[in-house]
Amino acid sequence: MEELPLYLQSIIAALILFGAIFAFIGSLGLAKLPDFYMRLHGPTKATTLGLGAMLVGSMIFFSVTKGSLTLHEVLITLFLFITAPVSAHILSKSAIRERIYDSTGMVEEKTRELF
Amino acid sequence: MLTYAIAIAFGIVSAAVLLNAYRLFQGPDVLDRVVALDTMYINTIGLLILAGIWWATDIFFEAALLIAMMGFVGTVGMARFLLRGDLIE
Repeated sequence: MEELPLYLQSIIAALILFGAIFAFIGSLGLAKLPDFYMRLHGPTKATTLGLGAMLVGSMIFFSVTKGSLTLHEVLITLFLFITAPVSAHILSKSAIRERIYDSTGMVEEKTRELF
Repeated sequence: MLTYAIAIAFGIVSAAVLLNAYRLFQGPDVLDRVVALDTMYINTIGLLILAGIWWATDIFFEAALLIAMMGFVGTVGMARFLLRGDLIE
C-alpha cells in the first residue's frame, strides 16, 4: 500500500478521511438531535455522502493497484443513493401514522387535518 | 501515509457505530431504533470498504453489496409493518 506515488496516496487519504468525518457527523446528529424528524434527517443525508466519498477513494485505489479500471463500487453507491430517500420517506410516513410529533408542533397541526 | 489515514478513519467510523448503538438502546420509540439500525448498516459498509483497502483485496465487496441490499429490505419491511400492521396483504 505504501509503494503508491505520494499524490495518489494523498488523494485517497483525503477522500477516506472526508467520508469518515461525514459519517461521524451523521451519527452524531442521530444521537444528539431532539426529535424524531430531525434525527431522521441527519443520517440519511450526511452518511450517504460520506459513504459515497469512501467508495470513490476505494475505486481509485483498486484501479491503480490492479492496473485496470474497476467500477464495481459504483453498484453500492448507486444502490444507496436510490434507496436512502425511499426508506426515509417510508419511515417518516409511518412516524406520522404512529402520531410521533416534533418539538415545534407543526407536524401535530398537519396530522390533525389528516386524521 | 495511507496506512495512518485508514487507521484514523477506522477509529472515526467505529465511534459513529458506537453512537448508533447508543441511539439503538436508548431510543424512546420503535422508529428511532429502526433509523439507528439503518444508519448502523450504512456505517458497517464503510468499515468493510476500509478493511478492503487495508488488506488490498476485493472479497469484502460482495459482503458490502449484500449488506446494502438486505438492509434496505429490512428497513422497508419494518416500516411497512408499523405502517399497515401486516407485511403481505
